[in-house]
Amino acid sequence: MSTADPDPATDDVLVKVDNLVKYFPVRSAGLIRRTVGQVQAVDDVSLSIPRGKTLGLVGETGSGKSTLARCVAGLIPVTSGRVTFNGRDITNLSRRAMRPVRREIQMIFQDPYSSLNPRRRVGAIIGDPFTIYKTATGAERKRQVQELMERVGLNPEHYNRFPAEFSGGQRQRIGVARALALRPQLIICDEPVSALDVSIQAQVLNLLADLQQDYGLSYLFIAHDLEVVRHVSDSVAVMYLGRIGESGPIESVYGSPRHPYTVALLSAAPAADPDAAASRQRIILTGDVPSPIDPPSGCRFHPRCPKAQPLCADQDPPLEVKAGDVPTHLTACHFPVEAGENLATASAATPAPGRSEVP
Amino acid sequence: MTLLEVTDLTVSFHTADGVVRAVRGVSFGVEAGRTLGIVGESGSGKTVLTQTLLGLTPGADVSGRAMFEGTDLLALDEHQMRAVRGARISVIFQDPLTSLHPLYRVGWQIVEMIRAHDKSVSKKEATERAVDLLRRVGIPRPEQRVNDYPHQFSGGMRQRAMIAMALSLSPQLIIADEPTTALDATVQAQIIDLLLRLQQDSGTALIMITHDLGVVADIADDVMVMYAGRAAEKAPKRDIFYSPHHPYTKGLLESIPSSSAAGSRLRPIPGSPPSLINLPSGCKFHPRCGYVLDRCLTEEPGLRPVSPDGYHSSACWLPLQAAGLSERAEELRAETVREGRGEAAAEVFDAETAEAEGSVAG
Repeated sequence: MSTADPDPATDDVLVKVDNLVKYFPVRSAGLIRRTVGQVQAVDDVSLSIPRGKTLGLVGETGSGKSTLARCVAGLIPVTSGRVTFNGRDITNLSRRAMRPVRREIQMIFQDPYSSLNPRRRVGAIIGDPFTIYKTATGAERKRQVQELMERVGLNPEHYNRFPAEFSGGQRQRIGVARALALRPQLIICDEPVSALDVSIQAQVLNLLADLQQDYGLSYLFIAHDLEVVRHVSDSVAVMYLGRIGESGPIESVYGSPRHPYTVALLSAAPAADPDAAASRQRIILTGDVPSPIDPPSGCRFHPRCPKAQPLCADQDPPLEVKAGDVPTHLTACHFPVEAGENLATASAATPAPGRSEVP
Repeated sequence: MTLLEVTDLTVSFHTADGVVRAVRGVSFGVEAGRTLGIVGESGSGKTVLTQTLLGLTPGADVSGRAMFEGTDLLALDEHQMRAVRGARISVIFQDPLTSLHPLYRVGWQIVEMIRAHDKSVSKKEATERAVDLLRRVGIPRPEQRVNDYPHQFSGGMRQRAMIAMALSLSPQLIIADEPTTALDATVQAQIIDLLLRLQQDSGTALIMITHDLGVVADIADDVMVMYAGRAAEKAPKRDIFYSPHHPYTKGLLESIPSSSAAGSRLRPIPGSPPSLINLPSGCKFHPRCGYVLDRCLTEEPGLRPVSPDGYHSSACWLPLQAAGLSERAEELRAETVREGRGEAAAEVFDAETAEAEGSVAG
């Protein structure tokens, strides 16, 4: 994990997502299942992942981060927009055309208990990719699987064991080995450590870092734990209700966040440091994330935003560079947070419009 | 004044696979108006510990004492326990979706709770109290929301409703079992803020069970770290974070990614927690401990004070002064290891290192 320089213009970009939109239809109950609405899961999202780097994706439940990941992996068709992988447009390819791309993009899932078939032996689970792509069979397949097991820190002699015989952390290593089998270029990690105990989390994070260094892997790393994301990522994108609120190099976004949501999210994350916790100005957002079926007008964050003005309800702010930021640090906000500004007091001064207007 | 004093609590379960020794001789006290954080990984016994106090572990072998307002909770029969549970001690569970009955209105469930303990309260009065409670926990338009079903509430609102229910009979003690684990970061902040505020208003004591050291740093006054059914370390909050004595506590703190060490390698604890059916000999942490000594393999250390005031205690054979993250403490630990580690412990340590390196072998 070297110093981040994720300038998409100069860097070697592996994945590029342009104006990606994914809506899921909401159908009425009954015989004629009319479409009565759209869940706007991902709405006009653009980002890029440089080769060999990690892009962290942060957001709360329902922000669309997993949907975005599935669109990138080609697991679900996109509504509009474009996904480019290695310079090639892979948006909505046919199953046949997608096949060779699939081996380059692998996933690691959150729950190591439900993402492994309990009735199959570990050797078979990790060996599946070889069988599917017919790259190795018989003794050669076994040799390669055992090599992988050793690489991720599992005992190769446990080739014939079932997933139930492994602990949570070891199961996640099985998931990593399976993802690694075909030497992909991109691994999408969807909350890979959030189901693990603290002492085990660090083992898996170290493993992922080693593999990245050795194989030049790129990661799209989804997590809700902000410290974990900071640790593994070179750059980060903060999602809220299907949109990117802020994105940029990790140090820039964490060091001087400009979007009020990012500021609130960072202040809400509990730090394992009592003195820091006591001195910190915590911004408590009111309410919950609104429904993506009927997102708020204008800036989607405005009903919860401590800095919201009438303009925010009318106009959707574009994702752009704000004065004083590095050119890769983008923020979608009409009134970006300035250095040293105290949002905790702002929330008392300006009640959020839109919320108070409701009779 | 000590509100709850638990002495030598031991809980085990008989299963087809053998005896699960979930809690092994844990003692602690909770003062009125203070917050005790109980930290531990899955399987450390933290949930069984508190559920046993409330008689929620039927079929378990329980011994020890738990004095609460002059009565031993462990000696109460089911009828007597009902008068305590909910009224004097209430619980907030982790998953608010499964803790609320989906087919009854939220308000009805609070009313039922109030009237189950006090029949003299009329339905109308109880409903008014429910509305009032929902308002106190920050539910907007409580007069209308009281008639909603749980599915009409978001996750954060359900947890607020659970807190309202826990507060409904003004208990002396609230046990919160991972109350924010299922929630998003911004909602978690709301709930922690709410708990802190309510505690200030009502002076209720709180036991906060969590695996998240960040939550503990925020909310606890005192902390007990549990490992394999025992208290590994007990101390006021700042001592736990700034001068941990037990290698497990130290390991937990070091394995959390933090801003100060961004980009560097994390230092995980090798291995994984032991099975409670088949516990290791001696100190239960020794197979994962970087400071393993010969005596750790055979003798299990008990909690002993490591600070002059006696508030900070740790169950570890390392010398009492070897607390903290300073270089001097580390030197002291290294010196103890040089003297106290013979062949047997060296073998254990080599196995650990091999395992830790197994994950990085190229």
